[in-house]
Amino acid sequence: MTVLANAMWGSRAYRWWMAALYAAVAAGVLLWLRQWNQGLVLTGMSRDVAWGLYVGQFTFFVGVAASAVTVVLPYYLHAWKDFVRVVILGEMLAIASVVAALLFVFVDLGRPDRLLNVLLHPSPSSLMFWDLLALTGYLALNVILARAALAGPPAAWNRALILVSIPWAVSIHTITAFLYAGLAGRPFWLTAAMAPRFLASAFAVGPALLILLCRAFRYDAGDEALRKLRLVMTYAMTANVFLALMEVFTAFYSGIPGEAAHYSPWTWLSGGFMAAALALALGRSRYAPAAVFASLAIDKGVVLIPAGFIPSPEGAVTPYIPTAVELGIVLAIWCAGALLVTVLFRVAESYNRRSCPHHPS
Amino acid sequence: MKITRQAFLALLAAAARAFSKPRRMAMAIDLSKCWKDRGCTRCAQACHAAHNVPRIPDRRREIKWIWEERFENAFGQESAGPAVAGAPVPVLCNHCEHPACVQVCPTGATFKRESDGLVMMDEHRCIGCRYCMAACPYGARSFNWSDPRSFLRTLDPAYPTREKGVVEKCTFCNERLARGQQPACVEVCPFKAMVFGDAADPSSAIAQLLRTRHAFRRKPELGAGPNVFYIL
Repeated sequence: MTVLANAMWGSRAYRWWMAALYAAVAAGVLLWLRQWNQGLVLTGMSRDVAWGLYVGQFTFFVGVAASAVTVVLPYYLHAWKDFVRVVILGEMLAIASVVAALLFVFVDLGRPDRLLNVLLHPSPSSLMFWDLLALTGYLALNVILARAALAGPPAAWNRALILVSIPWAVSIHTITAFLYAGLAGRPFWLTAAMAPRFLASAFAVGPALLILLCRAFRYDAGDEALRKLRLVMTYAMTANVFLALMEVFTAFYSGIPGEAAHYSPWTWLSGGFMAAALALALGRSRYAPAAVFASLAIDKGVVLIPAGFIPSPEGAVTPYIPTAVELGIVLAIWCAGALLVTVLFRVAESYNRRSCPHHPS
Repeated sequence: MKITRQAFLALLAAAARAFSKPRRMAMAIDLSKCWKDRGCTRCAQACHAAHNVPRIPDRRREIKWIWEERFENAFGQESAGPAVAGAPVPVLCNHCEHPACVQVCPTGATFKRESDGLVMMDEHRCIGCRYCMAACPYGARSFNWSDPRSFLRTLDPAYPTREKGVVEKCTFCNERLARGQQPACVEVCPFKAMVFGDAADPSSAIAQLLRTRHAFRRKPELGAGPNVFYIL
């Protein structure tokens, strides 16, 4: 625990950064208390648009969590030794992202005090039940793996857990896609391409974020590791844009009423951002990781969920405009995630300084 | 042990009584009767008064158990010819055979009652995740975005109120059915446009109506099996 304690303390700039994050989280807690007191009426959600930013952000962060597989799989299954210093970062990022995703579920509930009803009255027909199990299981797996990785070379039991964590990572985002992709009454989400597209966008956003974090923390991951992360990001982003275009084709060529109706200027704008980010990635721009990350945070975290609700099944177009309270709570959860990432990355860094990195067998 | 033919038949009869066929409550709405007065909203008023459904000024956060939709919005643009386009259609929870809301509910707070097929709602178990609202293809569900009690002008003490943070919807008036009454909307309709009863009982009025008249349902292509039928 001394490693953890040391990570909480640092230079002057570091202390300011941490203080700012604590303040944002504290402000978010106060806003959430207000929301709990007055109800979700303080958000921009409505009868027609029953889910908004909270559920969108939840979806986005499940993707970031799942993306740890983009470093864990090459390192442990294919012995890509270049990833020796980033693999721990991937696991740390997964921990912080699952926590953020669960927080987004929590703040979205009308009766958070009854959350345990999901376990007290298990409902196997509900994907939300499975998603919560998958996410908490994934969190536990990554905590165990990250702690073990810091302790030394992987033991046999640890290796088995690593092998389990790979399909488990895929499962959390697949189940999250199934939350939406199985609803007969929501044509925008009712697509077999949703889970593949979720995975593709997750595998683009994870490496992009790892590159950005290595820059921000001045963490020396090694040039080859960064080059490979970019490669994974670019291929995954290409697959994501390709799958998005497949959706557009089916929606518009089929001419089925209600399919194309969900494509609003916001959807096109978001699609434009993704295309621009892909262009930057293909052009090997230095800004590509930031663009990929931002465009996917918008597409999955902001646009995807409201677009499924607008128009409503009865054809009503109810605009969704997030409120300041909602934005404040979202910002606070991002800050909580950043806080966790900062501390966990410092732990990883101090470990890397202390000992020689182990290699996969 | 030997069993006589007579005893065997008696046992069968007892079993048939014990495991009686479940009822399937259904409603048929005769739109030509309903349209005798296109401005009439008495079904909605009676329902909302009987169940303490608040009238919330912010339309985006309204709560409604039964309301009217334009024909083309209830049945789809291509089902509405010029004769019916724009006409009001009363819509409510369809108490589906395969309710998507029940399938997705993570706590069993909404469930299908075995004995009569009513899709019920336990507001004390609901965690307010609104997954059912995302799943319902008929927009039948309302969420209490704020405390509903502050919007109640009159209060019927015979029926419970709800609190903020939970979902609610039409219950086919299970509390009235238990007393042997018809649902409030059926009872109040001045044109007797709504017929309600056990569709599984061939001798019931609703079963006879559905046998003799062509009835249609909302979004049959989704396979939800709505138990609210429309006749025109």
